[in-house]
Amino acid sequence: MYKGVMRPGHVQIRVMDMAAAVSYYRDLLGLIETHRDSSGRVYLKGWTESDKFSVVLRETDRPGLDFCGFKVFNNEALESLEAALKAFGCKVEDIPAGELDDCGRRVRFDSPTGHVFELYAEKTRTGKWGISTVNPEAWPRNLTGMKATRFDHCLLYGADLDGTLELFTKILGFSLSEQVIDENNLRIAQFLTCSMKEHDIAFIRNAEDGMLHHVAFELDTWEEVLRAADLISMEDVPLDMGPTRHGLTHGQTVYSFDPSGNRTEVFCGGDYFYPDHEPVTWTADKLGKAIYYHSRELNDRFLSALT
Amino acid sequence: MQNFEHLVTDVTSQESFCCLDGETLLNASVRSGKNIIPVGCRNGGCGMCKIEIVGGDYRTGKMSRAHVTEQEEGQGIVLACRTMPGSSLEIRSKGTSPGFN
Ligand code: FES
Ligand SMILES: [Fe+2]
Repeated sequence: MYKGVMRPGHVQIRVMDMAAAVSYYRDLLGLIETHRDSSGRVYLKGWTESDKFSVVLRETDRPGLDFCGFKVFNNEALESLEAALKAFGCKVEDIPAGELDDCGRRVRFDSPTGHVFELYAEKTRTGKWGISTVNPEAWPRNLTGMKATRFDHCLLYGADLDGTLELFTKILGFSLSEQVIDENNLRIAQFLTCSMKEHDIAFIRNAEDGMLHHVAFELDTWEEVLRAADLISMEDVPLDMGPTRHGLTHGQTVYSFDPSGNRTEVFCGGDYFYPDHEPVTWTADKLGKAIYYHSRELNDRFLSALT
Repeated sequence: MQNFEHLVTDVTSQESFCCLDGETLLNASVRSGKNIIPVGCRNGGCGMCKIEIVGGDYRTGKMSRAHVTEQEEGQGIVLACRTMPGSSLEIRSKGTSPGFN
């Protein structure tokens, strides 16, 4: 049931070399650099996004995900969600407005899979980049690289999938759209949505908690996915897999690694979700096809390289 | 020294491959086709290519501290995707020596 969580709003990604990271996220993926703060963090967004930023890069000595934030409908929703998270038993922390420039108060909490999430209601709205809100053109002319349109979702690895499913469905109002079930009826993957998208966040069962598999950005068409793969080769960036189609969600995709080893996905298409839909189930014996719809063969690197 | 080649030998399997000056050990391992070192992100983040340098000179780039601590780095533990040879090298890899990680 809807609790006021609207959409994935931002991610803060750890990188080991800021200059190299900016050239990957801005010049290759084509995100727009919108801000740098006094602590050296760089803020970016996909050109179609209405708020000022959705990606924050932070330089440190190890890669990975600091947190993933969701934007909620308004401050009343934020307050009632905050109370519900505390009652559920999450470790809840109040991050004051302005800790991220141009972002309001954030409610930070942990998940049973050991990840850090946030909710917030306010962020400076700058509108789609490069086009007007009145009589807008179709797209801005001066985009670079892959021309990623928006930050879309994260796939995270951790142990307690059941607890995290309960947190996201009961407290945050997400729905289970797709799952992978093994021969013992254990759910080893869960795709969750708070919208009409097939997934806004996904989890895979893994002994080590708090790990990042990938951060995904949306492209317009399959042609753009192919062109993104061309750019990955032209720039000699490590390719992970694709271009191909997933069985899960049926999206069309290509994966590469950023200069600190964080995996990113650019993708297009995929199925849609309404709240009356039954979850789609893939069985673990068909995991190869669920991940790589064409080759149908599992690849150790895709399953186990994490940050 | 530009295109100088260094011999890299895996002490467990006694397999070796050539690595160019300025080339990473992981890249040279992949190029040799011998799959001595497991391949992950190729950018120093995931730890899949972690090896031990048993002997020889080398230099390293940025490696995730989540996978190579300062103490390990002092003991010759490196990420092969961020390590370049300065001489012939002897290495130990979990690709051929499963007990080692
Ligand atoms: S392959 Fe990921 S750290 Fe070397
Ligand atoms: Fe994805």
